[in-house]
Amino acid sequence: MQIQVTVNGRKHTSEVEPRTLLVQYVREVLELTGTNIGCDTSSCGACSLHIDGEAVKSCTVLAVQADGANITTIEGMATADGTLHPMQQAFMENHGLQCGYCTPGMVMAATSLLKEIPNPTEEEVRIGLEGNLCRCTGYHNIVKAVLAAAGK
Amino acid sequence: MIPAAFDYVRASSAAEAISLIGQHGSDAKFLAGGHSLLPLMKLRLVAPSVLVDVGRITDLSYIKDAGDHIAIGAMTRHMDVEKSAVLAQHAPLLAHAAGYVGDPQVRHRGTIGGSIAHADPASDLPATTLALGATYVVQGPNGTREIPASSFFHGFLQSDLAEDEMLTEIRVPKMNGAGWSFQKFNRRAQDWAIVGVAAWRGSHGSGVALVNMGQTPILASAVSKALAGGASIADAAALAADDAEPSPDNNASVEYRTHLAKVLVRRALEQASA
Repeated sequence: MQIQVTVNGRKHTSEVEPRTLLVQYVREVLELTGTNIGCDTSSCGACSLHIDGEAVKSCTVLAVQADGANITTIEGMATADGTLHPMQQAFMENHGLQCGYCTPGMVMAATSLLKEIPNPTEEEVRIGLEGNLCRCTGYHNIVKAVLAAAGK
Repeated sequence: MIPAAFDYVRASSAAEAISLIGQHGSDAKFLAGGHSLLPLMKLRLVAPSVLVDVGRITDLSYIKDAGDHIAIGAMTRHMDVEKSAVLAQHAPLLAHAAGYVGDPQVRHRGTIGGSIAHADPASDLPATTLALGATYVVQGPNGTREIPASSFFHGFLQSDLAEDEMLTEIRVPKMNGAGWSFQKFNRRAQDWAIVGVAAWRGSHGSGVALVNMGQTPILASAVSKALAGGASIADAAALAADDAEPSPDNNASVEYRTHLAKVLVRRALEQASA
């Protein structure tokens, strides 16, 4: 089936099998491998990206369901000249990562969260990131980074 | 994990969806947000030959004040139920419970109709709408019918829906200021409830339903009956598991689930009565 999507501002028309997962499409067809596959069971959030500005788990969305949508992946967060998105900058400054595997999903979930709650409390950040697992940091600096980004 | 191959068709109205599912037979399935169905398909626990995508039927995404009840379109996403001002005013228990479904990413995609039609006893919204005395509106080739939540759930993932019927609307009676509580006991924030309780109590009665305490969401009728007869909260809560038939799993034995149900119903009634 043919789908048309806009990913990070670029339009793509692709022929996909209906069973193609959005994360597979983004990684294997568009070769945007910043979006990671973690648990593959919509638990861990590593595959989070934005559909029309809202974070979703792309391992549990079919590419055909995203037909016509505006998609942003982690590759679309920094500006063309390489200036990091404020959330990426905050993760860097607050050392909100260790191994980095969950980080793209964390950044996408956190930016979606701040759209819904622009000035969250620490508790709201922790609850808002309940769909993203990090096995390294204990979340401490991730929460710090999101609070720092919210303050900007 | 990739689902088995299937054909994919899109419906732009409920009538078209019902016609498409009729054409494709018993092996076809409706796809709404996909957050119950796709995980099962990825694990190859189900392998429908055709998916009829109803997720683009925007006409079925609404929350309306309909006088004595609130009408919710089946394709309304959990996030929209959670943030609805109409529900916050007239059925706050449902809006609150919707905020406990999965996590924000799941709530951006999953729909209330999909969750109820899936009839998973471990899901939050089947039990919550059951506690509230909701009515489900179902459309089929020969028109619509209304099914009380109390007779909708037949067994594990089994409901009163015929193969060619589609859940289109959920009607939730206004709570009229009744006290309420939603208790969800789990080990990790995003998990299904090990046991959950949705409860309300007002001048005109009470409603208590249990999550994950049997093959279907369970209406704890014995609790409401005891309260109506003047029993104390503690005495009524002791009857919490009387209507339930819990199963053991990795998280909890039958005895532990039964204990949790009593404790959580007591907490819920205390909160709803405060």
